[in-house]
Amino acid sequence: MQVILILITASLLVATGFLIAFLWSVKTGQYEDDVSPAVRILFDDETNQSDNNSKS
Amino acid sequence: MANLKTDQKVKCFHCGEYCVEDTTHYDEKSFCCLGCKLVYEVLNENQLCNYYELSDSPGTTRKNIELGERYAYLDDEGIQNKLIKFRDAETAHLRFHVPNMHCSSCIWLLEHLQKIDKGIIRSKVDFIEKELFIVYKPVETNVRKIVEQLSLIGYEPELNLNQVDKVAKKKKVRTRVLKIGLAGFAFGNIMLLSFPEYFSGGVYTGEDFRKVFGYLNFVLALPVFLYSASEFHLNTIRSIRQRTINIDVPIAIGIVAMFLRSSYEIFSGTGAGYFDSMTGLVFFMLIGRNFQDKTYEWLSFDRDYKSYFPIAVTRYRGQIEHTIPVNEIQINDRLKIRNQEIIPADVLLLSKNAEIDYSFVSGESTPVNIRKGERIFAGGRLQRGPIDVLVQQEISHSYLTQLWNQLPDKSSRKSGFQQMVSIISRWFVLGTITIATISFAYWYNIDITRAVNAFTAVLVIACACALALSAPFTFGNMLRILGKKGIYLRNADVLERLADITSVVFDKTGTLTELESTVVEFHGDDLCDEDLRNIFSIASSSSHPLSVLICKQLKSFSNRDNIQNINEIPGAGIEGYVNSNYIKLGNHAFAGINSVDKTDFKNSRVHVRINDETKGYFLFRNKYRISVKEVADKLSQNNYQLSVISGDHEGERPYLEKMLNNKSALLFNQQPSDKLNYIKSLQDKGHKVMMVGDGLNDAGALLQSNVGFALSSDINNFTPACDGIILGQHFNKLAEVIKFAKAGQRIIIISFIISLFYNALGLWFAVQGTLSPVIAAILMPISTSSLVIYTVIASSIKARRLKLR
Repeated sequence: MQVILILITASLLVATGFLIAFLWSVKTGQYEDDVSPAVRILFDDETNQSDNNSKS
Repeated sequence: MANLKTDQKVKCFHCGEYCVEDTTHYDEKSFCCLGCKLVYEVLNENQLCNYYELSDSPGTTRKNIELGERYAYLDDEGIQNKLIKFRDAETAHLRFHVPNMHCSSCIWLLEHLQKIDKGIIRSKVDFIEKELFIVYKPVETNVRKIVEQLSLIGYEPELNLNQVDKVAKKKKVRTRVLKIGLAGFAFGNIMLLSFPEYFSGGVYTGEDFRKVFGYLNFVLALPVFLYSASEFHLNTIRSIRQRTINIDVPIAIGIVAMFLRSSYEIFSGTGAGYFDSMTGLVFFMLIGRNFQDKTYEWLSFDRDYKSYFPIAVTRYRGQIEHTIPVNEIQINDRLKIRNQEIIPADVLLLSKNAEIDYSFVSGESTPVNIRKGERIFAGGRLQRGPIDVLVQQEISHSYLTQLWNQLPDKSSRKSGFQQMVSIISRWFVLGTITIATISFAYWYNIDITRAVNAFTAVLVIACACALALSAPFTFGNMLRILGKKGIYLRNADVLERLADITSVVFDKTGTLTELESTVVEFHGDDLCDEDLRNIFSIASSSSHPLSVLICKQLKSFSNRDNIQNINEIPGAGIEGYVNSNYIKLGNHAFAGINSVDKTDFKNSRVHVRINDETKGYFLFRNKYRISVKEVADKLSQNNYQLSVISGDHEGERPYLEKMLNNKSALLFNQQPSDKLNYIKSLQDKGHKVMMVGDGLNDAGALLQSNVGFALSSDINNFTPACDGIILGQHFNKLAEVIKFAKAGQRIIIISFIISLFYNALGLWFAVQGTLSPVIAAILMPISTSSLVIYTVIASSIKARRLKLR
């Protein structure tokens, strides 16, 4: 039964890790603008852009 | 402009509006106006046409592109320093609020500004706050260039005296999220560690484990008690100091009782404590608060004259021009106002004449002509400049800004509902303490431990969740539903006040009438097609708003004839020869008409003379919103007292009387201060007044009223300080919004009754001293979640019934 203590310690450590990650993400403002990063990732690179323009 | 009907359904490539007049073609694409074409050209030149591929016609219409010297003040070093957030040897940082960004194309374009202006190093968008962050090289470009470039492509930044510091607000939101995260973390883990206790009372795990789990729970609960729950403690201390009891008092009593009793049980080894219930309670309460506090951060409800005026003006000292911040303007200063600038104070005109657009102040869309020596009121926008003016009043004393002085602070007023909640809170606290004491006294002689148990258990279980949670969730959900319908409320208090309304006051111009659509009527001789065609040709060569309206009316003549000797006199009219006919369009003096029908003077007229023969005049009348009658009927059916106050003359009284019922009060020729006083007089009679207005001239009345709604055709436009903003096209929902607010209160009262049942059940265990942590751990989440589900579902169903969804 003593193994439970080790397991609980391990699980709490993991959970604390996630808590710290959460606190960090809030503090660095990652939840403030949830629209533009989602859109930004879909933008084409510079090279594709000039291709598109030459077509139009 | 979106509701213009047109036969040719050609959409502008840039802004997506139907092309009506002045359709220009460029690069095989159609544009509704020169402004839109210009934006396309700029983007095309800089290879930024990806903009148009990300979404369909993403631009905003650029009908008034003329910038003139509007941003000349940005050349001034002092003003620049106010705007620049950070600066080192090579770079400078700017942060602008850009209300116009609305889609992914906007984000893309605004983040590729370095292609348009090589001096910009990078730019980044915060879409939620509608903010643009720019890093640039001061040697290669400057603030004015950047701002002008942004305005040119349709993303005019908001520059004003009221550069609100949003940092503090953001911080508050962040700490709230941190608190919720921490409470949630502790809640989950404590639940897990408490499972053995739930199922077996700790029998199978043994005493050692029980102790270890208990200590762990204590360690996990401590930060929740000290940090996450701190706002309940602080508010309680504050309210006790003020000798009142607010909603946080019963919550804090519960939390403290749970914490102390649990700590005692764990350290004395007598029990497992209620830390799971405590952290869960804090977690749910904080979520409820966060749900309600979610507001429309990108809308400003607090804009007063400061956010409307420019930051700086040009002042003459002797013959030298220099730029000063607007709040340093003094009486008898001589100012230079440039094209498209806003007049910051009440002034006298020193130049010969000027045309002032007072549309923000009065809602009147046609510019007013001012002659030398006449007074110009603050808030007007100069149409054609530059002009010189002499300051008559300091900014804070101008006709317009006076309205803001000595106005009551709305936030300090309590609605009937809030008073009810605070009364219930008081009884709740009194009730729990009485029950706790009685049960303590009852058990005292029988079993002292049981007496203490019963006492604390009552405090623990008598949870004020219903009081604290049902209102946030109901109102939060209602705010979201209304927001989707284009009705944006400042906060939940507005809903509470809205339910108590007994009287509704409307402004006329811009509220009951639509600014965007004007009816043009011709009065006089019958005009033949040729005459109309000639008038169209002349009018189409002028950019005056009235000329534009005439052209729109006569749009069937799409090609204009050749015009000769065209001559436009600002503030008077336009003349010229078309097909050897001499056409004159203009005001009565210009057209040579002496007798003016004074009864109708407020409605603008353009007189027509063809070959020195008076033909008649065009009359411009604002069109009433279609739904005015419907809304008025619905409101008067529900016994609301209606009034219309207007700055206009009585001309439209018969028309308005037809539309509203005969009990309604109609007031004309009202000054902004009269409007405020009228609201006051209604309030003195015991009415709770809702004011619906649009312009700065309603600002005083909006602030004085119990609920002030500003009507706007575009949420990005200027709206005076108010409690809510309604988009023009949703005006017809007004009666339903009030009904909805009332329904919200009923939902909350029902949820109070539900929670009463849960509390009675919990107390039944508590007074007997048999409340085990398991019962608390089951009862608490069930009561909380069932209340939350009830309030959200009930308010959504009500919204659907009222067709608000």
